[in-house]
Amino acid sequence: MKELTGTGKLIRLILRRDRWLMPLWVLFLGLVPISYVATINELFPTAAGRQEYAGASAHNAGFVALYGPLSGSSLGELVAWRAGFLPVMIGLFSILTVIRHTRTEEEAGRRELLGATVTGRHAGLAAALITTLAANAVLGAILAAGMIGQGLPTAGSWALGAGFASTGWVFAATAAVAAQLTSGAGSARGIAITILGTAYALRVAGDISDLSASGTLSWLSWLSPIGWAHRMYPYGQDEWWPLALAVGVIVVLTTAAVALSARRDIGAGLLPPRLGPATAAPGLRSPLALAWRLHRGLLAGWTAGFVALAVVMGYLAAGIGDLVRDNKEMMDIFARLGGVEGLIDNYLAGTLGLFGLVASAYAIQATLRLREEETSGRAEPVLGTAIGRIRWAGSHLAFSLLGPAVVLAAAGLAMGLTHGLNTGDVGREVPRVLAGAMVQLPAVWVLAAITVLLFGALPRLAAIGWGPLVICLLFGLVGTAMGLDQRVLDISPFTHLPRLPGGEFGVAPLVWLVAIAAGVTAAGLTTLRRRDLPTT
Amino acid sequence: MTDAISAAGLVKTFGPTRALDGLDLAVQTGEVHGFLGPNGAGKSTTIRVLLGMMRVDAGTARLLGGDPWADATALHRRLAYVPGDVTLWPNLSGGEVIDLLGRMRGGLDKRRRADLLERFDLDPRKKGRAYSKGNRQKVALVAALASDVELLLLDEPTSGLDPLMEEAFRECIREERRRGDRTVLLSSHILSEVEALCDRLTIIRDGRAVETGTLADLRHLTRTSIQAELAAPANGLAALPGVHDLLAENGTVRFDVETAALDPVLRELAAAGVRSLVSRPPTLEELFLRHYDRTGAAGEKEPEVSR
Ligand SMILES: Nc1ncnc2c1ncn2[C@@H]1O[C@H](COP(=O)(O)OP(=O)(O)OP(=O)(O)O)[C@@H](O)[C@H]1O
Ligand SMILES: [Mg+2]
Repeated sequence: MKELTGTGKLIRLILRRDRWLMPLWVLFLGLVPISYVATINELFPTAAGRQEYAGASAHNAGFVALYGPLSGSSLGELVAWRAGFLPVMIGLFSILTVIRHTRTEEEAGRRELLGATVTGRHAGLAAALITTLAANAVLGAILAAGMIGQGLPTAGSWALGAGFASTGWVFAATAAVAAQLTSGAGSARGIAITILGTAYALRVAGDISDLSASGTLSWLSWLSPIGWAHRMYPYGQDEWWPLALAVGVIVVLTTAAVALSARRDIGAGLLPPRLGPATAAPGLRSPLALAWRLHRGLLAGWTAGFVALAVVMGYLAAGIGDLVRDNKEMMDIFARLGGVEGLIDNYLAGTLGLFGLVASAYAIQATLRLREEETSGRAEPVLGTAIGRIRWAGSHLAFSLLGPAVVLAAAGLAMGLTHGLNTGDVGREVPRVLAGAMVQLPAVWVLAAITVLLFGALPRLAAIGWGPLVICLLFGLVGTAMGLDQRVLDISPFTHLPRLPGGEFGVAPLVWLVAIAAGVTAAGLTTLRRRDLPTT
Repeated sequence: MTDAISAAGLVKTFGPTRALDGLDLAVQTGEVHGFLGPNGAGKSTTIRVLLGMMRVDAGTARLLGGDPWADATALHRRLAYVPGDVTLWPNLSGGEVIDLLGRMRGGLDKRRRADLLERFDLDPRKKGRAYSKGNRQKVALVAALASDVELLLLDEPTSGLDPLMEEAFRECIREERRRGDRTVLLSSHILSEVEALCDRLTIIRDGRAVETGTLADLRHLTRTSIQAELAAPANGLAALPGVHDLLAENGTVRFDVETAALDPVLRELAAAGVRSLVSRPPTLEELFLRHYDRTGAAGEKEPEVSR
């Protein structure tokens, strides 16, 4: 118990520091699904209408990839299914919170400051975990209570809330382990988010395979904590036992995190530090070379993640056609979308659109490295040499702007290649899919540019750069379902992109978006030139 | 001689805080100039202004004949900077950082680099996070001292160095001083360091220069403590200018006297008849503490602060 002394104080400290952020996340993620009830009720007021919609959606691979499997057509099931992407966001929230209050604190040396006061060895870890677990429990409770308030069945509402909360718990525990492995918060975050991405990819692969007649890969979903939440089938079978899987994993991971943390020194990771070269390579002589050293790990990680996801999604594409080919009724519905061919193109374009959104996360993360360099004091010695601000910023922006291009190109190639190998026409599919991936770039740049402008004009608020991405993500995932006005949807740069392959290609919107991105970036750099540096 | 650094009336505010409040600073070419002041006095802020990283709200600054804000990049080729709080990139070795910073400044002297590594006993192969605070400081010091520049801006460069390394640093600065063409602005809290190295110094406080001059000038501002046993009461003593903290009991007087007022005071004592006399010579330490002490200065403001 001595090891946990001071946990209560640390919890209070976390709550104090997160008094805005945490309630916002919890309320947002808890209330979004509740808002679906009214929308879906409005769109499909009759049981027959819901059944038709559910029938078509349950076999739409793009939908299944995003939201998960759909088992029935009751109002509750449709709402729960539509909210199926949120567990990923909840997982992300949990990871970021746990890492922020464990490894980030340690890296900054603040953990040491507190560690010297009356706090036990494990108090920091325990406080971060308890707070995050509690936040997820509150989220689940808000969700369940809200659903019950909307007149949905009680048991299903609690199953939905518990499923969502448990996903948060699993990834909080995952992050707790990741935080013990490396001495840098960035790489710990990277490890945990990679696991989250893998869990999502496994769930998608399993669920889509489940759609096809053979379903040989459907067991993959059972490897994913996100899949477990879906397999509770709230408002349907209301299965509670997948929750036991989640709880088991949480116990194992938490024990592992505690054991690892007991074994290492404060500030250290598990992997011992290695020695580096005594002199710099001849090429290490410019801010760009420095930026390459600082960004290459991030770039490699994102590229690997994208390629892995693209291979899975590309592999599944050809199977989409089989789903409907032997189903006469389905064939008729999808004939409107351009037959099987159109269906596959639609799936590819939808997936690539999602890739574009995710690539924006990379672009924003890479842009925010500028701010990190500034606040950590590492920008200061560089700017104290003959390197001007614009060159310094430009060297990082090279990675936040061209990095996403590399990542999207790799994903487009991988996806086109696997799909082409399946259909036996690599020469046709690769350029089509690659083009679909590359058209995302202008929209990605617009979001990166907004972050650059924030960094230049309001450096303390640079992290707000994530805001526009969240809005775009919301619009992309639920915009049409929520019945938002087209003028509102037009705010998102992604709304203006041509849907490739299959859709109409127009140069004009791309040129516009590139021009906007260039203008906003230039404005950001101009403000950077005028302001004080470094600011804390 | 021209001034390497000249600043007049610098004002810099951060919201309600006035970090610099009409700061004047003149550093002559070729000298080692000490820059002292209590925590939060504005030393680091001044150095950042001189580096063109911050823009002043009022006042003018010139650095090596240029405008530190507008000509920053060109000026930085001719100077090297050691920040007060050195953070290194976790995945770069110390040697890489030294080379990188040197090259971005326009090149560094290989032989001098090797020599400095030896003198500071620094292993250049460790990665950023593996260095202790003092060793991180050394990385920045070697990077700065190994480049051939006209001006060194050093912000508390020895914080975290052990006494042996502190001595190595002093030796390096003495060499710079002997060369005669390098200017050093050295911010510090360590008086002995400043006494050992600096030609002139400026003491700042609350964003304003309160003393500036050579060490001899400043010693002149210090006070000698005197304790004397007198044959008769020296009643005129209290009225003499420059006498402080006078305490008289049982024929013994104790007081501090400003160096400039020593002569009349001694005459007064002699007139009363001196039986015994103990005097403690002036130290900069005492002057220094007088400026650092917030409570003291409020009641006992120097009438003539800068000269
Ligand atoms: N970026 C900033 N934002 C707000 N206030 C600042 C900022 N930088 C400095 N200050 C304030 O300006 C004042 C001067 O700070 P500065 O860092 O220049 O002091 P210093 O003399 O270097 O102190 P120390 O001896 O502790 O290094 C302090 O009150 C500090 O809080
Ligand atoms: Mg300072």
